Amino acid sequence: MSDAAMVLGTADRLMADQCDDATVRSARRGAWPASLWNAIAQMGLPLALVPEGSGGFGLDPVDAFALARLAGRHALPLPLGETMAANQALALAGLPLAEGPAAFIPVESGLVLRDGRITGTADRVPWGATVGTLVVEYLLGGARHVARLDSGWRVAESGTNIAHMPRDRLSIDAAITATAPAQGHPLYLMGAGLRVLQIAGALDQVLDLSIAHVSDRKQFGRALATFQAIQHELARMAGEAAAAGAAAGLAAEALAEAAGDPMLSVAAARIRSAEAASVATGVAQQLHGAIGFTQEHRLHWYTSALWSWRDEYGGPHHWTQCLGAAALAVGRDGFWPFVVAA
Amino acid sequence: MNPIRFATPPRHEAAEALRHDVRAFLHDRLAHVPPIRRADSWTGVDKDFTRAMGARGWLGMTWPRCYGGHERSAFERYVVMEETLAAGAPVGAHWIGDRQSGPTLLKFGTEAQRRAVLPRIAAGQAMFCIGMSEPDSGSDLAATRTSARRTAQGWRINGTKVWTTGAHQSDYMILFCRTSGTPADRHAGTSQLLIDLHATPGIAIRPIIDLAGQHHFNEVHFDDALAPLDALIGQEGDGWNQVMSELAFERSGPERFLSSMQLIVELIAVLGKGHGDLTRAAIGRLSAHLIILRRRSRGVAAMLDAGENPALHAAIVKDLGAVFEQSVPDIARGLIDAEPDLAARADYNAVLAKIVMNAPSWSLRGGTREILRGIIARGLGVRG
Repeated sequence: MSDAAMVLGTADRLMADQCDDATVRSARRGAWPASLWNAIAQMGLPLALVPEGSGGFGLDPVDAFALARLAGRHALPLPLGETMAANQALALAGLPLAEGPAAFIPVESGLVLRDGRITGTADRVPWGATVGTLVVEYLLGGARHVARLDSGWRVAESGTNIAHMPRDRLSIDAAITATAPAQGHPLYLMGAGLRVLQIAGALDQVLDLSIAHVSDRKQFGRALATFQAIQHELARMAGEAAAAGAAAGLAAEALAEAAGDPMLSVAAARIRSAEAASVATGVAQQLHGAIGFTQEHRLHWYTSALWSWRDEYGGPHHWTQCLGAAALAVGRDGFWPFVVAA
Repeated sequence: MNPIRFATPPRHEAAEALRHDVRAFLHDRLAHVPPIRRADSWTGVDKDFTRAMGARGWLGMTWPRCYGGHERSAFERYVVMEETLAAGAPVGAHWIGDRQSGPTLLKFGTEAQRRAVLPRIAAGQAMFCIGMSEPDSGSDLAATRTSARRTAQGWRINGTKVWTTGAHQSDYMILFCRTSGTPADRHAGTSQLLIDLHATPGIAIRPIIDLAGQHHFNEVHFDDALAPLDALIGQEGDGWNQVMSELAFERSGPERFLSSMQLIVELIAVLGKGHGDLTRAAIGRLSAHLIILRRRSRGVAAMLDAGENPALHAAIVKDLGAVFEQSVPDIARGLIDAEPDLAARADYNAVLAKIVMNAPSWSLRGGTREILRGIIARGLGVRG
């Protein structure tokens, strides 16, 4: 077995074991799942995207992104992907890595550097009230830079997404000590890509839950799974899960590549995975019947997470505008080469 | 339970190098082919074009050299397939032979059949059709009634095949028929025969005109037709298994999501430069679907190349692809007001008409949507 397969297998088992009902429910009520984070951190997973020479453990970035897919599959109530991306940005800029959970703030938030201080407001920062490190992306002379902050912000407003994952508004006014030109991909693209991976993982799980439900549940004297109408809906869901899986692979490969601009690939992956999330959750909710519309069944963790993730870091409008404009710009004869290049 | 894993399509340098040659060839060769002809997709037949493809070594690409093949990878072949389809090249005279009939003969055919026929397919000189559907057995292939009885003179064949694309232009048919028992025996007792359409007495081919007014379909009657005993492909009675192994080749290729490609490119041409949010959103979404379908389809190609049998994966790609292809005309209609007209001077109106009128066939041919979803459900373990 390769090292990567071993890391992914171990992470999968760890998340399956420790991301249990009680942990997820308590996290959804606002508690920080410290022991779960410690287990994840002990495995080194927050460093998965960090190059080996900068403190990482030499995992191929495509495999590191697969960890985000696993996090989606297990409804992990932690900013694992966010911390992985934050640490990668720090490492590539030659700045010290975060000690614990971290958040990144993309340049789109509009934070500014003036007189040696970073100031502004960042909305909907994942676990913003919990993280100990912020990686802030800002423009300096037209070029992206990253700064590492350990303090200098306060929580202006606490909030969550509809899956009860913290999304906090931070008011930042910090003297910067460590800053450098950004070397990696734009953080907004990293965020969008991570959501694609999480969606793919969650859809794998939603498909499994749906298969299990229609196999167990009997109506009219037979298992729901024996009805052709149910089988065909499950098949449709499997197609959407497969499309999201392709989107995950595309986004991971594009973001793993240091050279080149991953934007169009991320846009395509984002559009298609968001659509897959919509269609497949619709089918899953329908197949689960009334029990799926309660908080007694764990389906709601996944559907509400999918409904959040599909709109974070740009929803379908943002990404279709971006990809559509690029496609229209190349025109009739350029269109097929454009599709092949993504 | 495990998610359905597709292989990751590799970056293939030789295939990308080949792409440039194919594009240059198509650019030259198709310069004067109007958009409405390009919209024929893989039903457009031009035997000169097919011979030119053969002369360049772009047919039978993955087959052994001793059978006229070129021993290239599945990815190089995939590039040729997708580039010809995307350009709207008239690939109909070689599509079935190169994709399906050739690989079937390579896998199950006798040495004599391989030596006689494969080099001709690779040279672009033998066109194939597939005799599967019958008047009373379309999706229900196991209900096949056409019979071939072993006699001293050869196989004595009686029955009728229907929806046989290109039979009137083809040199050979691979016939799925019953060599023993009755339709009640279902899968048992079925076989495949290689039928030389020029040299087999007792065959009558009649046209069936489709919704769009085209003649692609045929009814093929076998009235005591006589084929030599060595026409048998593979094992007598093993026809069902042989046919099933063909289907992964038939179902996952780029032809399963590029059928409406010419409408997309003509739409982009008509939309031109000035456009609003609605247009960008629609074209962005179409692009995303194409990019993702292409990746999934190449994932199946990688699995075929590795010797796996991705029948389930292929069914998923074909089902997603057909839904996508069929969605394109209505998306286009929402962006541009144009009346569909096969005879229109304006390319866009003519292509729209052809795509609108061909679209229903895309979720029928090569396995209906219902058959595919049944296969997928079985793969998910919810159907016995």
